[in-house]
Amino acid sequence: MADARRGYAGIAVAAPVTVAYARYSIRSGHWFCGRALAGLIEAAGVEKADIDGFCVSSFTLHPDSAVGLMQHLGVSPRWLDHIPMGGASGAVALRRAARAVQAGDAEIVALIGADTNHVDTFRQTVATFSQFANDAVYPYGAGGPNASFAFLTDRYMREYGARREDFGRLCIAQRENALPVPHAMMKRPLTMEQYLNARPIAEPLRLFDCVMPCAGAEACLVMTEDRARALGIPFASVLGTIERHNAFPDDPIQYRGGWAVDIGELYDQAGIGPDDIDLFQAYDDYPVICFMQIEDLGFCAKGEAPGFVRERDLTAGGDFPFNTSGGQLSAGQAGAGGGFVGLVETLRQLTGRTHGHRVEGARHGLVSCFGMIVYDRGLCTSAAILGRSDT
Amino acid sequence: MTTKLPPPVRKDPTRRTRLPTRPPGNRSREAHGLTAMAAAGRFALQTCADCGTVQYPPRQVCGRCLGDRLEWRDVAPGGRLLAETTLAHSNDLFFRDRLPWRLGVVEADAGPSMVAHLAEDCAAGERVRLALSIDRAGNAVVTARPETPTPNPEDDRQLREMAFDPKDRRVLIVDGKTELGLALVRAFADAGARRIYVGHAQPWRKSAQLEAARAVKRATLFPLDVTDTDSVEELAATIGDKVEIMVNNAYHLRMGGAIGRCDLNTAHDEMEIHYHGLLRLAGHFGPAMRARGADGAHGAAAWVNVLSAYAWVNNPALGTYSASQAAALSLSQCLRAELAEGGVRTVNAFIGPIEDEWHQLAPPPKLDPATVARRIVAGLKAGAEDLPIGAVAEEILARRAENPKEIERAMKL
Repeated sequence: MADARRGYAGIAVAAPVTVAYARYSIRSGHWFCGRALAGLIEAAGVEKADIDGFCVSSFTLHPDSAVGLMQHLGVSPRWLDHIPMGGASGAVALRRAARAVQAGDAEIVALIGADTNHVDTFRQTVATFSQFANDAVYPYGAGGPNASFAFLTDRYMREYGARREDFGRLCIAQRENALPVPHAMMKRPLTMEQYLNARPIAEPLRLFDCVMPCAGAEACLVMTEDRARALGIPFASVLGTIERHNAFPDDPIQYRGGWAVDIGELYDQAGIGPDDIDLFQAYDDYPVICFMQIEDLGFCAKGEAPGFVRERDLTAGGDFPFNTSGGQLSAGQAGAGGGFVGLVETLRQLTGRTHGHRVEGARHGLVSCFGMIVYDRGLCTSAAILGRSDT
Repeated sequence: MTTKLPPPVRKDPTRRTRLPTRPPGNRSREAHGLTAMAAAGRFALQTCADCGTVQYPPRQVCGRCLGDRLEWRDVAPGGRLLAETTLAHSNDLFFRDRLPWRLGVVEADAGPSMVAHLAEDCAAGERVRLALSIDRAGNAVVTARPETPTPNPEDDRQLREMAFDPKDRRVLIVDGKTELGLALVRAFADAGARRIYVGHAQPWRKSAQLEAARAVKRATLFPLDVTDTDSVEELAATIGDKVEIMVNNAYHLRMGGAIGRCDLNTAHDEMEIHYHGLLRLAGHFGPAMRARGADGAHGAAAWVNVLSAYAWVNNPALGTYSASQAAALSLSQCLRAELAEGGVRTVNAFIGPIEDEWHQLAPPPKLDPATVARRIVAGLKAGAEDLPIGAVAEEILARRAENPKEIERAMKL
């Protein structure tokens, strides 16, 4: 039998930073990364040179990668990672950085998910997203992720009897969560009538099922708990992480993700179960993928998320606090920054420094990430459980 | 049942003509394996010669055993529609002009799941028949139709973009004075062409075929001599803005090679008709056709060249004829690239000897001109690009693929 995985004892996540979102920006991805780094330095009270590791996710540094970004930002890290996993990048970056700090390869690692959004950025990104998409998806109507998630949503509704109202409940609850969040793109409450009668985008998806691309950045730091204490900054602890790529390749269409493979390991490592989770930040570019995460991460059985959502209150003050800053569906999708939203919001909740509603007494937060529909399904899944620093 | 397309109406000259756009055309080298299969009208997918795995989208190595002996094999075209969507929004101009657009994910019987353009009558959960079609940008796409055919498939609004059904379209048959010309006029009339313009050269030469063509409903005769630039220009000025399918069927066949009959006059005539003739037609009819590639549901669609299979390999008994056909084939590839900018398809039909006076000395099998005409119309309906017609053409193609030197030496009439 293989050795048990090492835990993450003594590793801290701290300094949640969000660079304000904008629908369109004339800045480049470098600007958003740079402003995120400035935010991290200020939040942690460290010098730029103290940050000796970087883990970067961005679609809009082209033609640069994280390498060129280092010269752009004038830093000389001894540990650098570029994670091209889109929405799955956040928890993946966390586990990479945690191991680097644990091993002593770096002391303070900055995790940055940032992208700009020029007027034409999104179209160009989806038009050249992957070879499989170029060859076998984009020429079919050029619907981008809307079309891909429309297929998954259509299939899910047929298979499990989900109704549009069920997805609507989730979207409306997230909107309520977003209202006090200053950087959220959506400022007005959403009614079920508005949700159901919104303009069709790719049936069965309508406007409020689809995330709005925008510019922005999400970032935080990973270091030892001792270092965080020495700096006098609040932090959360890493209790468990998983990642998986191209899970269930033989499923003819995606109805589950890699979380379903690794769920046991995630909760075992954290030493808790789904009932102990106080808040859940799931990747939410489209509501159907939230339903899959609620199922695959153990809150209900496969196909039961519609009933689960009907019976629960997903607002921050409810009995299943979910995407408590409004998620991407209400705040906007800042490119690869969307892969870090859940991580940064969980950190804010567990350190008591939220922008919006706070989940009182929360001790354990679950972050789940999903990304990269290269052909017909999202290939990357990841998740992490964070604990309040006194847990 | 497919919704009937409204019949074409007389164009309002005050309305702007929609300019042609093309669907996204960025494809990998592997994906053009699909284009080759689609051009030949096959439903073939990349198959691992080592472990037999059928994979899609195409790759560089087998996704199962990592072998690199990947072949294109015909596979069962059946499948089941797992999910569908109707796009009301698109990031691409071609599709924005054509919304709403319906797509699906089909679980193919051959194994992979495939995103496909759907015929109107495909229903989620039901069986479908898959095909590889060529889209307006000239690349292969997967299309799905109901497994059990439903009425009016030729009217399908979406799949019409991937095929060139003559129904309700205006066709120019370049030469109406031959058996093949008459057969083409009749075949396009049977296919519901809106108007059939029939060209005829050499007014001093009587032709029973032309008289029969004149009697075909919706056919109109026009003088047209592809060796005469003025004649081509004049007809283009008259009907060039109406031709939606061009059928270049002019040919000039005489026996003889390079040493046995060093007859420059005959060779010159062959080049005049096959090569310069195509060039004149392209120069005068091509611009308007290319500009009308998106002109409503019945815009310019296809340019058909009827070529000899000896364009591929010279037949020394018809040596200069074969050479002029090869020149025409090469020029057709240029035409294909240029017409593709307007979303207009270039279709090459390759035929062996046919039953007519000029093939008197050719041994059987010889093609019935009516068969050639029917196959060309069927090829347009199916959206094919290369159409080898008849046993001779198919044999040459197969032998050339296996050993081009062998067929070169074996070629004789």
